[in-house]
Amino acid sequence: MKRDVTNILVAGVGGQGVILVSDIMADTFLEAGYDVKKSEVHGMAQRGGSVSSHVRYGKEVHSPIIPKGEADYLFMTEKLETLRWLEYCNRSTVILMDPIEINPPAVNLGEMFYPKDIEEFLKDHFDRVYTINATETALELGNARAANIVLLGALSRLLDLDERVWIKCILDRLPEKLHELNMEAFKKGRLAI
Amino acid sequence: MKKVLSGNEAIARGAWEAGVVFAAAYPGTPSSEILENLATYKEIKAEWATNEKDALLAAAGAAMVGARAMASMKHVGVNVAADPLMTLSYTGIEGGLVLVTADDPEMHSSQNEQDNRHYARFAKVPMLEPSSSQEAKDFTKLAFEISEEFDTPVILRSVTRISHSKGVVELGERKELERDYGLVIKEDKYTMLPAFARERHRVVEERFRRLKEFAETFPQNRMEMRDTSVGIITSGIAYQYAKEVFPECSFLKLGMVWPLPERLIGEFISKVDKVYVIEELDPFLEENIRAMGYRVDVGKDRIPICGELSPTIIAEALKEGYKREEISYPNPIPPRPPNMCPGCPHRGVFYVLKKLKLFVHGDIGCYTLGALSPLKALHTTVCMGSSVGLGEGTTQVLGKEGLGKVVCVVGESTFLHSGVTPLMNMVYNKSNATVIVLNNWTTAMTGAQEHPGSGYTAKGEKTFAVNYVELAKALGVKAENAREVNPYRLDELEKVIREEVNKDETSFIVTKDAPCALLRRAIKSYNKPLRVDEETCTGCRQCLELGCPALSWDISKAGEYRTADGKVKKRKGAAAINPLLCNGCGLCYQVCKFDAIKGEEEEVPIGFEINKYI
Repeated sequence: MKRDVTNILVAGVGGQGVILVSDIMADTFLEAGYDVKKSEVHGMAQRGGSVSSHVRYGKEVHSPIIPKGEADYLFMTEKLETLRWLEYCNRSTVILMDPIEINPPAVNLGEMFYPKDIEEFLKDHFDRVYTINATETALELGNARAANIVLLGALSRLLDLDERVWIKCILDRLPEKLHELNMEAFKKGRLAI
Repeated sequence: MKKVLSGNEAIARGAWEAGVVFAAAYPGTPSSEILENLATYKEIKAEWATNEKDALLAAAGAAMVGARAMASMKHVGVNVAADPLMTLSYTGIEGGLVLVTADDPEMHSSQNEQDNRHYARFAKVPMLEPSSSQEAKDFTKLAFEISEEFDTPVILRSVTRISHSKGVVELGERKELERDYGLVIKEDKYTMLPAFARERHRVVEERFRRLKEFAETFPQNRMEMRDTSVGIITSGIAYQYAKEVFPECSFLKLGMVWPLPERLIGEFISKVDKVYVIEELDPFLEENIRAMGYRVDVGKDRIPICGELSPTIIAEALKEGYKREEISYPNPIPPRPPNMCPGCPHRGVFYVLKKLKLFVHGDIGCYTLGALSPLKALHTTVCMGSSVGLGEGTTQVLGKEGLGKVVCVVGESTFLHSGVTPLMNMVYNKSNATVIVLNNWTTAMTGAQEHPGSGYTAKGEKTFAVNYVELAKALGVKAENAREVNPYRLDELEKVIREEVNKDETSFIVTKDAPCALLRRAIKSYNKPLRVDEETCTGCRQCLELGCPALSWDISKAGEYRTADGKVKKRKGAAAINPLLCNGCGLCYQVCKFDAIKGEEEEVPIGFEINKYI
């Protein structure tokens, strides 16, 4: 399929700011002069369930959904969620992952185990895996909710876009009282890669 | 100026630019954000209606005085609005009238995946289908022009991947319509007595003939000629997927999916060697094209009818030699389904219903999740208001045998939408059913929209709020059978439910002082997280039966615990409470028989401190 499009799959758990961070990405790519599309599912999926967003940019984007096997980046705000999106990946997909573990209900109820070998598995199957302690970093800054912006800082180092465009688009999406925190979070993320 | 907009934002923007002054909707995924966005424009009177039929009628009433008006709803909402739709096709309009249907292929948040393109054919009205956010805006404006040119309601069809996808949109300005709004008296057009309606049906057929001609030259039905060995006929989101997979092929992209441009389709087919019809859900285009006498080489024989399409599905079905690298994790991956939130006021109700072993007719809302493990206390869900409607027939047949066995559980927004008339029906026909209305002060599942019981309008103005007990009494429920109960107080809740289900009369219970735990306007403060006393937790797992995301099972705590009288016993693990998720609703505290769940203070609060604005 068409390869002049960059595909970023963003996923995590409801409440982690998956949709917000993918909105910031889309704004940034538009601001940088690209065509951009993104797709996600709202509604029932929000209630503590898995949340994902497909973000695509390039000269011209048709489908808002990433074809399977063609994700260039997996942007994962929770470790286990990474495993749900493997069919969208190929060996050269770049994995960015917060190693935080949030137990799904079956693990909470003691019916299933949270897999312990995720990082090892990813390192065996992908050329580039970045584990970014985003939640931990955000907590040090005073608010775990800025973890998505830490991870975004890391992603921004891998994409060829002007840092100032990222910063403008982050600030445009957030209330002023959160600007300082998120700028710090973004910088920490940039230093993490 | 360009902006990244969702399909829903783009539809709202298009309506605003088209000069719309009135809009009505009932929330439903994936359509809800259309009206939420319309409500942000000061020029538009945007309303949450009680249900989709009321929304469409309100919009039609606005159109009858010359205004441009829009009604938006999810696909199954059109079923509710179908009654006026079929006859509004006959009456036509004064000002433009557009009905937006947002279909949900794949049923991301729906009870079926009906293909609402059939409604255009059924109602004999035109339907436009955008394939991107830009087209969502442009087609909304075109829909109003077509509506006024042809004196007909127009349906704009979106799907989840249009409504909830985002893309780049060039913004335009609003064009105020230079017209006066006023009452129009044309009985033969708007009073559908049989004699007038017979005449109007002829008008509809003549209009349909003109619309078919219009479709032939409508610029949004366009051929994109490239390699002619394969020609693809498609529309909407399927166009984008097909374009992704077959960029080299020729396309006939239909912006208007009803009526279809017969000559244009014939011309396209004559130019290509093989014809593929690529569409999501039903073979709507395919069957109509075949009925025209044209050949279709590939259609639903190879493309799935069930579920939504994607570039991958199309490539797998149609692209020769398609294969991709497969990376898969070898062990089970724990699923992460949606769940009732920590502190959700519905949780305790389902805990009690399960304990009482009741058969539960359920309904549409967050509380449908009561069907899932570990609560597993909801046994039917069909459509909006189905709990009350089904409960009538069930209890009538079971009679006294069914006493103490059946309840109907419905959220208050759903109850107002279509539970009131079946409750009236129950009282009238002397059913012994019990209806439980879970009043959480908002339409929660779709993201907290207002309704006639919430006390606020779509524009955020204060307004009258329905009193549910008074309403039930007015419908004939006896005063002693119409009761309010706090759903966080499990003992009281159990007592009230037990009493009412055993009465041989229609009973009505409504929850009180229990707004949605996410409704920040209503919750004055959450409570401090509770904790498990590791000394005394017996590992009985009873609290886990609540299915609260904050509660988990910790096998690392296997070992010994101490009973109240000081004995040491063995356990396989202990419960744990995640302090980041727990907001101290107090349910698990009540459920624990061993006093092993503690609060910060001696007295553990039950429920939250709320702002009683209703």
